[in-house]
Amino acid sequence: MTGAVADLWKLLLGLGGVLVTASIIGAVLAHLKGATNPVIANLNDRIKAWWVMVILMGAALTFGKAGACVLFAFCSFAALREFLTLTDTRRADHNALAAAFFIVIPFQYWLIWTEWYGLYSIYIPIYAFLLMPIVVALRGDTDRFLTRVAELQWALMVCVFCVSHVPALLSLQIPGFEGRNVLLIAFLVVVVQGSDVAQYIWGKLFGRTRIAPALSPSKTWEGFIGGALSAILIGASLSFLTPFTPLQAGLMAFLIVLMGFFGGLVMSAIKRDRGVKDWGQLIAGHGGFIDRLDSVIFSAPIFFHLTRFYWSTV
Amino acid sequence: MQAKWVGCAPTPRQRVYFANHTSNGDFVLIWTVLPPPMRATTRPVAAADYWLTSAFRAFIGRDVFNAVLIDRRPDARTEDPVAQMLTAASAGSSLIIFPEGQRNMTGQGLLPFKSGLYHFARQRPDIDLVPVWIANLNRVMPKGEIVPIPLICTVTFGEPLTIQNGEAKDAFLARATAALHATNGAA
Repeated sequence: MTGAVADLWKLLLGLGGVLVTASIIGAVLAHLKGATNPVIANLNDRIKAWWVMVILMGAALTFGKAGACVLFAFCSFAALREFLTLTDTRRADHNALAAAFFIVIPFQYWLIWTEWYGLYSIYIPIYAFLLMPIVVALRGDTDRFLTRVAELQWALMVCVFCVSHVPALLSLQIPGFEGRNVLLIAFLVVVVQGSDVAQYIWGKLFGRTRIAPALSPSKTWEGFIGGALSAILIGASLSFLTPFTPLQAGLMAFLIVLMGFFGGLVMSAIKRDRGVKDWGQLIAGHGGFIDRLDSVIFSAPIFFHLTRFYWSTV
Repeated sequence: MQAKWVGCAPTPRQRVYFANHTSNGDFVLIWTVLPPPMRATTRPVAAADYWLTSAFRAFIGRDVFNAVLIDRRPDARTEDPVAQMLTAASAGSSLIIFPEGQRNMTGQGLLPFKSGLYHFARQRPDIDLVPVWIANLNRVMPKGEIVPIPLICTVTFGEPLTIQNGEAKDAFLARATAALHATNGAA
């Protein structure tokens, strides 16, 4: 474990270095172009929020499994709030909604904590899937029933099930990697968020050709390709944290980036459907929790299952 | 919980905030999103026939929130609600009122406004009337439920309106209703 903690600290110090550099660049830009320039102000808000996120993440991972479970349970809670706020719930959904927040989230993360793979991987897709519509149906309100139930199912899958696959990485048992699983979380999060940041920077600098103008005006081919290549390089260079060879780490990073990118598109489609720009306003410069989590949501389960299938013994 | 100041700024001038009413927590929510210096001078106008029915409610309504307690029952009351509001206003307080007069349980739109807002505005045309739309609080805690759902509530402050010279009651109340609907649309 000491080796893992040392590696984690190496990574955190590296991230700290990147953020110090980013903060200096942000301050210089604000000085040159004026702090009221909206793009610069947003950039500096983002950098400040990144400091908070890196410190929180580092603190949580230092506490190992307990820290990771609590941190991501909190993320699920905040994400579910944002998601359900945008759905059209009715009074008859009250019991099901209360259960989603106060039973499903704690139970799912308790299962993750006890490393009960056989149940945490089916609890929401099977038990919550079948029990939620029963709870709603018992209240007897059939108006838009299918829509209401489907929205709640989606909310749970996206905000709780998918997010919980990040701390679930701690339950994998990889020969020769004992006690170092926390670094898999660090790898996933750094690659996903690094890719988001790189796509943002490449897009701002060189973005011309929009990929999906109907979904997201800020996603461009230049941003995506530059960001993806950067993230693959980041992933390959972080292979010393993982059970992967540099080539495998680069491939994993590629898959993570791909899923993350499409995750962002899907979540944008939902926002467009609901007529909002951001999921919330909890994190200055970033919008809501889901705005920051969308790419993690789509990549975490895939990364988890690939790692489990090819490397883990359980 | 978030506040959106769309039609006016959170400046500490005397105002009447009029809001849609779906939950007993409505005025608490408006009060908490006001900047602290404004809270001390802003008093909710609430129903005495609800808030004085138990010692606990009376403590919350009268002592904690310093509510202007009016009696909604015309035959039972001893004081005129509009006169009570005018007294509070001449003492310099801002007011929070719910012109629907009762909680809207239909889950949509607004109930027809009571005339108190009009009679008050006639007497004090100098005070800005600010429409305030409260979204989601009724979903957080519908009447009769015990467990609150932690959804994000939004309080939107719209563009202030004032009564026009000689404006008729129905025309004014229609305009106030439209302004509150518009505030919901601007959220």
